[in-house]
Amino acid sequence: MKKKESTLLNMAVVLFVITLASGLSLGYVNDLTAGPKAAAKLAKKVAALKGVLPSFDNNPVDEAWKVPSSWAKDSIEIYPARGPEGFVGAAVTGASDKGYNGLVRLMVGFEPDGTIRNIAVLEQKETPGLGTKMTGEKFMKQFRGKNPSDFELKPRKDGGEVDALAGATISTRAFSEATREAYDTYMKQRQTLTENEH
Amino acid sequence: MATPLNPRQNFLKGIVKENPVFVMLLGMCPTLGVTSSAFNGLGMGLATLFVLLMSNLVVSLVKSQIPSKVRIPAFIVIIASFVTVVEMVLEAYIPFLYEQLGIFIPLIVVNCVILGRAEAFASKNKLGASLLDALGMGLGFTMALTVLGATREILGNGSLFELRFFSEDAQTILLFILPPGAFIALAYLTLVFNRLTRKVA
Repeated sequence: MKKKESTLLNMAVVLFVITLASGLSLGYVNDLTAGPKAAAKLAKKVAALKGVLPSFDNNPVDEAWKVPSSWAKDSIEIYPARGPEGFVGAAVTGASDKGYNGLVRLMVGFEPDGTIRNIAVLEQKETPGLGTKMTGEKFMKQFRGKNPSDFELKPRKDGGEVDALAGATISTRAFSEATREAYDTYMKQRQTLTENEH
Repeated sequence: MATPLNPRQNFLKGIVKENPVFVMLLGMCPTLGVTSSAFNGLGMGLATLFVLLMSNLVVSLVKSQIPSKVRIPAFIVIIASFVTVVEMVLEAYIPFLYEQLGIFIPLIVVNCVILGRAEAFASKNKLGASLLDALGMGLGFTMALTVLGATREILGNGSLFELRFFSEDAQTILLFILPPGAFIALAYLTLVFNRLTRKVA
């Protein structure tokens, strides 16, 4: 087959046809994947909630609400959990931009009195092998069962009670700050949470 | 492309003689950027293999319709479309890998292995040969990234495909999962690869 000549008309037509075909097929694939994409996001959120909350029989995702964060455009999400006997705790997101490599976002599960039940890391870009160990059991277990009212959420270096990750004080600081944000928000919202009984 | 290659040579050249990573040193951005674990290397390799296969397929089909003065923008649009497809599919079905690879997925568009094969091979050869070429190059790229990722993960994290053989506290050579480790590991692997294949060639 002979190559098409590079006349202005030929070039314009060919590029138009290619971009049109590309645009249409991408729109089609986007439609196809929109459902699964949303499902994957929701599944991740639900998995994080199940990990940090006590067993619940309501739908925390449906009952969630947002409050604006004090320092960022980001908002803090609050997921209430209810069992047969009413309010059993809530999961609250918290974030800090003081990470070694940007944002650290957590989901912290609280008992009704504000005791930390468990923490899930939603987002982090810390140094592999150093800061990323914040997702590890060894670091995480020091927070479980602690109430931030008598457990200073700061690395020991800053006068707090959190054992820092080896070689990753900055990541520890960000993690602690994000947890503190979640805790402060939870305490502010606790009234609303406990009043909203069925 | 002086002498026409038989299909076997055409397929194997991408893996051994003209391996895009170890011999031609192309596509260094994803090679250095995502290979902090074997799984990431494999994932990036397979995503690139898919895009390479599809772009060689389409480019070889439409080559006679594209005026040569606009061939590069035409190729780039074709490649970018398939990359976007890969990105959407990964986000929907393998969200874990999507998060790990992050910005490096859209950057497959500018992976010079892909544009290189479209320009140097698919735009001059028939469909069958172009597909074989893409398969060979893609597998060569995938193999190289997986080996590099595995090396870095074993040395730097004490694990392979996330199976640990040391405890979490064990001292590993952290340098290897940090960026400088990518350069060091790549250099030594290139040396070993070329040493081994010199006899074959």
